[in-house]
Amino acid sequence: MDALALEATSTKKPANGAVEAGAPVPAQAPVKRKPAKKAKKAVVFFEVEILDAKTKDKLCFLDKVEPNATIGEIKSMFHRSHPQWYPARQSIRLDPKGKSLKDEDVLQHLPVGTTATFYFRDLGAQISWVTVFLTEYMGPLVLYLMFYFRVPFIYAPKYDFTTSKHWVVHLACMCHSFHFLKRLLETLFVHRFSHGTMPLRNIFKNCTYYWGFAAWMAYYVNHPLYTPPAYGEQQIRLALVIFLIGNFSIHIALRNLRPPGSKTRKIPYPTKNPFTWIFLLVSCPNYTYELGAWFGFTLMTQCLPVAFFFLVGFIQMTVWAKGKHRSYLKEFRDYPPLRSPILPFIL
Amino acid sequence: MASCEEDGAVEEKENNNKKRTKGALATAWLTFYNIAMTAGWLVLAMAMMRFYIQKGTHKGLYRSIARTLKFFQTFALVEIQNEESVILFLVVWTMTEITRYSYYTFNLLHHLPYFIKWARYNLFIVLYPLGVAGELLTIYAALPFIRRSGMYSMRLPNKYNVSFDYYYCLIIVMLSYIPLFPQLFFHMLRQRRRVLHGEVIVEKDD
Repeated sequence: MDALALEATSTKKPANGAVEAGAPVPAQAPVKRKPAKKAKKAVVFFEVEILDAKTKDKLCFLDKVEPNATIGEIKSMFHRSHPQWYPARQSIRLDPKGKSLKDEDVLQHLPVGTTATFYFRDLGAQISWVTVFLTEYMGPLVLYLMFYFRVPFIYAPKYDFTTSKHWVVHLACMCHSFHFLKRLLETLFVHRFSHGTMPLRNIFKNCTYYWGFAAWMAYYVNHPLYTPPAYGEQQIRLALVIFLIGNFSIHIALRNLRPPGSKTRKIPYPTKNPFTWIFLLVSCPNYTYELGAWFGFTLMTQCLPVAFFFLVGFIQMTVWAKGKHRSYLKEFRDYPPLRSPILPFIL
Repeated sequence: MASCEEDGAVEEKENNNKKRTKGALATAWLTFYNIAMTAGWLVLAMAMMRFYIQKGTHKGLYRSIARTLKFFQTFALVEIQNEESVILFLVVWTMTEITRYSYYTFNLLHHLPYFIKWARYNLFIVLYPLGVAGELLTIYAALPFIRRSGMYSMRLPNKYNVSFDYYYCLIIVMLSYIPLFPQLFFHMLRQRRRVLHGEVIVEKDD
């Protein structure tokens, strides 16, 4: 709300109060006004024009924009004139080929004159990442259980609703289900993302990946002709330990890293907590631990499709870890040089 | 997985010298590779012609060039059951590949004769559909044999807990031609309009 509007309401309130309380309020109002008038400087309103980043067409012209308006507010204003482009699918930038400005960026702090020119790019239909994550994780949870309980039309009819005779198959089901339940809970209560949405096509891409792989893995592990691990109980026990470490450690490590409510970005360092020691060696221990979890699961099931899932995840997470590592190096001049992105000393 | 997909463009301050050396090396390799592929397909074409001139028939031609072909085309070829369809796609591939690799080679050397460009962007209109027909017919003809012999297939139970049915894999391959071939073909048509007729194609934004 601008200064004028605020003053108007503040004078209104005492007037109402006067009606009820009968106090000599009018005397108060002018006193209140004077200091405000002294502090008030000439407000320089900005003009904002928004051009299409590709065609350079003028899409929108906003005048009398507050200097302390944020990009988010400008997006809302733009949305009003172009209702098909809701704020989440707007990318506003200073340069047609440049990076998107953040919603929190304030107009007067940007390198623009009093007539600001922004370029707009349509990000396409967006979907909230919470929706995507919940959907893509729900699939594996449900699908795996369908194979585990040998729902009809998957295996030969004589096996319908039977259970595997190998105890490792039961263990694997518990591990897999636990892991995806954990991911669902993380999505709902733990993760914080800087951008609330992602492109709509991601939900199809991601669900195909997760659901497809889950079905492929689950088919073989729960198959009536499944062969348990070659080294038996030793292999399974080792695998379980690795799987559990992979699943729990990251939470124990990160829990105390950032005080609640703060938004500080600082380099995580190892503390007395042994689970944080991995920060000595790795930038993205969440990925390292995730790899450990799936490696454990591969060992436990001794199943090639599971190994493929691990491999593909490995490649993707390495790509992400390297990107994160690079941006850490850029952001922090004193970033510890010993650290690798995802695998200590190797990758 | 905690996604870093949001972390879009990460700018890298690359050493300019490094970039230049990498570029020169890449170009050298590509030039060599393309010359080699052009030569390879020329060799195949000549072998095919010689066979036909000497024997007067295309029967047995595939077998005679199979090894050379497999060297130049990494493709798990099926057991040949239908020689006609094989000849069809072999002739088509040969013509296409020689045109394509010589186009790349000349491009790299910055001396592109117009007729090569013309060939690359016009012959495909006939060659691609014919090639697809030849490939699909060959696969289709081989299916019963693959079913019977169970080749390249693996059944349960086994210690890797995986199975693979080459028969169904090939059926999926055949079905995948339905979305993939039109995409490829229309892409080539768009390229043709751009390269030969100088049309400015505004790419759809992703």
